[in-house]
Amino acid sequence: MILTIARREISAMFLSPLAWVILGILQTLLGYMFLAQVDNYYTLQPQLVGLENTPGVTDIVVASLFQVAAIILLMIMPLITMRSIAEEKRNKTLSLLISSPISMTEIVLGKFLGLLLFVVILVSLLMLMPLSLYLGTALDTGKLFSIYLATILLLGSFAAIGLYLSSLTDNQTIAAISTFGALLMLWVIDWIGESIANSSSVVSYLSLLRHYQSMLQGIFDSSDIAYYLILITAFLVLTIRQLDRERML
Amino acid sequence: MDSTALVKVENLSRFYQKHCAISQLSFSLKPGEVLGFLGPNGAGKSTTMQIITGNLAPSEGQVSIKGYDIIESARQAKQQIGYLPEHPPVYREATVDEFLRYCAKLRRLDRSSIGAAMEQAKSHCGLNEVGHRLIGNLSKGFQQRVGIAQAIIHNPPVVILDEPTVGLDPLQIREIRGLIKTLGSERSVILSTHILSEVQATCDRVQIIREGKLVYNASIEMLKDQSSEHSIVIALKKPPAPERLSQLEWVEQVEAIDSNRFRLYFDATSPVESLVQESVAQHWGLYEMIPDQRSLEDLFIELTQGNRGADNSLESDL
Repeated sequence: MILTIARREISAMFLSPLAWVILGILQTLLGYMFLAQVDNYYTLQPQLVGLENTPGVTDIVVASLFQVAAIILLMIMPLITMRSIAEEKRNKTLSLLISSPISMTEIVLGKFLGLLLFVVILVSLLMLMPLSLYLGTALDTGKLFSIYLATILLLGSFAAIGLYLSSLTDNQTIAAISTFGALLMLWVIDWIGESIANSSSVVSYLSLLRHYQSMLQGIFDSSDIAYYLILITAFLVLTIRQLDRERML
Repeated sequence: MDSTALVKVENLSRFYQKHCAISQLSFSLKPGEVLGFLGPNGAGKSTTMQIITGNLAPSEGQVSIKGYDIIESARQAKQQIGYLPEHPPVYREATVDEFLRYCAKLRRLDRSSIGAAMEQAKSHCGLNEVGHRLIGNLSKGFQQRVGIAQAIIHNPPVVILDEPTVGLDPLQIREIRGLIKTLGSERSVILSTHILSEVQATCDRVQIIREGKLVYNASIEMLKDQSSEHSIVIALKKPPAPERLSQLEWVEQVEAIDSNRFRLYFDATSPVESLVQESVAQHWGLYEMIPDQRSLEDLFIELTQGNRGADNSLESDL
């Protein structure tokens, strides 16, 4: 049942031009940056030869590519998540799901899975660029995998937050803007932490950025994974509760 | 209430903040019955239907469908209903076939039976020719039919239709009514509307709801009985004095409408026969005779607007 809803979500995304436009623009932008990074690495390479513990091509090209990708996606993900529930509310199609013999949890999980599927497609497409480097050089496969997983987890938590904010309104624009605001806040929250010396640990722990960066460096810490999984679960539960609550109002 | 009821609503109340949309509503629906739910706009029809289908939670009271409580065992209960809300919940960017297939899956039909269920729903609703078209490109009438098709695709024993003919042209209305009638021959149907002729055309039983309370509940025959008035309008070319008319057998009272037209009131037996005989004998030149029907509208208005004293006191509280 969850899969049925997820499939419908993903096909609805690709039925509208939005998904295609987003994928196209993202691929073009990041393709350009990827080339620039490769070029950059080319000029850096002679200087790195003599040094000890030099960063490899995976660090310089791939990690920095996904660093940029994360920031661009922070702006783009709200556009993908905004329609998921807000549109159904606006078009009054949510009652189709609610009056069907399925639970609210299944509806929300189905919607989230649809978004996650889109995220996997998107990240896999981006991953094709670094993989093309295999033609000419060797890459750190473990690091590559870590980056892949980190990006999916990061975008998954973007999606969960976006889904929740989309369930609060029937206006897609408001859903998108509030999601963007929330994501940006969670992204930059450790800036505050840095300026206030003592309280830094808690505040900066909340930052989406910090956990992402350590995984980009290839540090596979289970607490980072747990952070994302807890964040995703929390927002999915909030979404389910929100939809349940609306029946009471 | 009898245990055979398919839908059982007991003491249902619903508040939006302080505003009371429906209060202490109780009724039941028997198998094979078409129940018309009648009321002016804002009387609580849609709210009741949304509660029965689990789209809204009741503030008080219970709804059970085939013995399953809509809150406690929501899944089993929802399996028994097909619901068409006021706005047909259709995805405009999907084709009719895609949409119905999705609905069939949502209603947990077996993969093997989906094809047959879709065919049946489509032929029932006259959608065979438009299966490959996008729902957004279909006319309002066809979208409404798609909405009905999604409500019956899993062959539920109860179908709930919220104002199914709003915004349709007269021809489409006739088609949809025909469709509802055929639905009613196999299942129970609850139909909400504010159009009285619709109830007359399709329903077995009528409930009128006003400001959240049930004010009338009767079979359609009783409604027809109540709505027939004991009067008749006649037109005569050479009318006699009204006093002469009142001497006719069975006639109790005569009211002159204009110089040629009269309204005759009678009690139990129609005076038509004696009137016609007398008219021929006396050369009155009877050329028009219309039995007066107190329209359903009158009854409806009487029931829905009657005695507002109680509400005034409520309003002053707010």
